[in-house]
Amino acid sequence: MPLLKNGSIISDDWITIGLEDPRPESGDIVVPYARLLKEWESLTDHDGRLGVIFTNIDRVEALTLFLPRLALIVLPFPSFTDGRAYSLARQIREIGYTRELRAAGNVLPDQVQFMLQVGFDSFEIGDRFSADIWLKASRQMSLAYQRGLFRPLGQQEVWSERHREAEPWLEQPHAG
Amino acid sequence: MTINSTEKGKILTANRLRDGEVVFLTHSGLWSENIDGAVLATEPQAQAALEARGKDDERANLVTGVYSFDAERREGHVFASHIKERIRSLGPTVRADLGKQAEGRGGHFAALQGV
Amino acid sequence: MYRYDEFDRQFVTERVAQFRDQASRRLSGALTEDEFRPLRLMNGLYLQLHAYMLRIAVPYGTLSSRQLNTLAFIAEKWDRGYGHFTTRQNIQFNWIKLEDTADILSKLAEVEMHAIQTSGNCIRNVTTDQWAGAAADEIADPRPVGELVRQWSSLHPEFSYLPRKFKIAVTGAPNDRAAVKVHDIGLRLHLNDKGERGWEVLVGGGLGRTPVIGVTVRDFLPEHELIAYLEAIMRVYNLYGRRDNKYKARIKILVHELGADKFRAEVEAEYARRPHADTKVEERELQRISAYFAPPKFEKLPRWSATFEEARARNKEFAAWVKTNVAAHRIDGYAIANVSLKPEGGIPGDATADQMRVVADLAQRYAFDEIRVSHHQNLVLPHVRRDDLFAIWKVLNANGLAASNIGLAGDIIACPGLDYCSLATARSIPIAQSISRRFADLNRQHEIGPLRINISGCINACGHHHVGHIGILGLDKKGEEYYQITLGGSSSESASIGTILGPGFAGEDVPDAIEKIVNTYLAHRQPGEEFLAAYRRLGAQPFKEALYAAA
Repeated sequence: MPLLKNGSIISDDWITIGLEDPRPESGDIVVPYARLLKEWESLTDHDGRLGVIFTNIDRVEALTLFLPRLALIVLPFPSFTDGRAYSLARQIREIGYTRELRAAGNVLPDQVQFMLQVGFDSFEIGDRFSADIWLKASRQMSLAYQRGLFRPLGQQEVWSERHREAEPWLEQPHAG
Repeated sequence: MTINSTEKGKILTANRLRDGEVVFLTHSGLWSENIDGAVLATEPQAQAALEARGKDDERANLVTGVYSFDAERREGHVFASHIKERIRSLGPTVRADLGKQAEGRGGHFAALQGV
Repeated sequence: MYRYDEFDRQFVTERVAQFRDQASRRLSGALTEDEFRPLRLMNGLYLQLHAYMLRIAVPYGTLSSRQLNTLAFIAEKWDRGYGHFTTRQNIQFNWIKLEDTADILSKLAEVEMHAIQTSGNCIRNVTTDQWAGAAADEIADPRPVGELVRQWSSLHPEFSYLPRKFKIAVTGAPNDRAAVKVHDIGLRLHLNDKGERGWEVLVGGGLGRTPVIGVTVRDFLPEHELIAYLEAIMRVYNLYGRRDNKYKARIKILVHELGADKFRAEVEAEYARRPHADTKVEERELQRISAYFAPPKFEKLPRWSATFEEARARNKEFAAWVKTNVAAHRIDGYAIANVSLKPEGGIPGDATADQMRVVADLAQRYAFDEIRVSHHQNLVLPHVRRDDLFAIWKVLNANGLAASNIGLAGDIIACPGLDYCSLATARSIPIAQSISRRFADLNRQHEIGPLRINISGCINACGHHHVGHIGILGLDKKGEEYYQITLGGSSSESASIGTILGPGFAGEDVPDAIEKIVNTYLAHRQPGEEFLAAYRRLGAQPFKEALYAAA
């Protein structure tokens, strides 16, 4: 399935393996969270990058131990109205995860901007909508009221725009 | 079929996508704003055909929220079993000056009057 | 009142463009109805019984005359010449076309208004005391915090696909006119010994299918922690609120299923875990917002107004209006004038475009350009000189806006019911009209005293029937409308949920039933005892006997 990432459409080079599927010798693999728990010891030695498909009912704190080894976390959307993964994404970023965070399942173009703001940076986009619509929808709004959001695509926060003088890191460096 | 007969069956209704107007599926396969123009499907097979037609027109983005309801045709006019459908076919009971009832495309049978 | 700065303006303008694009994709078929529905709902657009319905946000119920005039313009250009003020201090139009909606939103944006989050499973319009900034009993104006919450909750990326809708109310007065105990989150202002402001946080109140009084999770939350704490509550709800059954998806069910202590512990744990640097309420931002809510330039006036007293002595109708519709203002020489949208036999909350313009004009001339919408579906001129009350009343009276019944039997709250709403199981408006006619005699209403009659046309309880002193719930029994009566509800600081009295009634029998209840109260009351107090003392028994004894 194609991915939307960093404002362009790319192919997905990760190999997704199920709970019972044989594990390839090497290559970048994504495993279900249950398998990560079960085979953690051997997975750490896997020749290739490691990703996990997290679920909506597990707690993010449980991921802390695995974070240094993970290069991809996939959060599924069972339906596009199920918003749990928005909170999970933000929590995962709050505990310090910085690598790829992917939205999978039922995702609509009009939701991508919110997803970017809570910390997702890649999206399984299927073939329901054209690339054009995905790209356009991901930059519908250029402003957000909430602070501390991810601000891709030049999006601005009302707070910091409004109180520029109060944000020292936004000040121009002094000459000399 | 004589004009005095009473037929029972189902009517297919929806809202027109672009303006939300309440519409009913007619014999010709078009949607009427007037409930009296609706086709009454008395047989399960005909009802299934109506439903299929409704789904097609939903996919064609003509209408939305398609469903069917129980009704009778009495002396050429449609009487919906449920008050909700009678209100939909007329307009609000508290504003006789508004909706289909005020614009000459209301159903024949009044919803209950105010209490 | 709050005025948009360039950022607010840009935000709303972009939001309109976004909706215009979404609506055109829907009309062209690029979006299915299932895909479009949550998008249109988050812009206040429903598909109702006769057409689309657009619900427009009136944040914390505050309007300027320019805004109210624009609502009148919209009513005439795109609707049928009237609007309906709701129990969330909003206004809705019932005859909207999808193809016109983006144009309407553009028109609203011109006057700093929008329909963002007036529907959908997101944080809804924040409501407050309709007398905010004017009431004599107020600690402080709650609207700056209302605006802070409005901005924070607008298009919040984490909390736009919640298990269910989410309602927040805020009050700055000890006498709760904002019903904070029956909201998903209620915020109530307190001052501590040092005079610092803090907020009591109540969670899990609500009406609907399962009416519940909220529980206090924090007694005194320092103001700068408010947004961070709200985020912790919202996150716990978003992650753990039920999504398998929409009737069990509100936060009250989560609070109930976890238990208040476990729920509080979850929130506190989430709160303790999170960094708050980005959610701290910054003093300068609160000050920036508060400056817009600075009191108007009140004149120094004597408490006693000769003009007013003379008019009141001379004109009995005016005197009756003053008795019920005028409330005490915190500034000498001023008053709060409540404009009833409940004329005898009228549709509660409806106002014509002409009436909107009349009120807008009065606000401009006499009330520092401010209008409020109350959750009782009335309008308020919050700051008027007592000297001007008679002139105001004359204009209201000439335009069918001077019903002297605020807080009395005629001041009925009613949802649109089956006449307009596709969720309704029975009609509410005709019931309200028939009760209103039955109690048309104003002397009798005054004799009865304060009485809240609330009517909902279905279990979702938009008419707040659970917290009516007398509540009426319309249901459907095999295609027939019938009405269940509850007694003893209240949404005040001593909130309570009404008790179902017994079997329901056919619509035409409801006014008789209400009359029997009222007569029972009159027969049993002690001197000066109001309906609710009498009910609480007497219990349901005498009322049950009066209603069902003969049966």
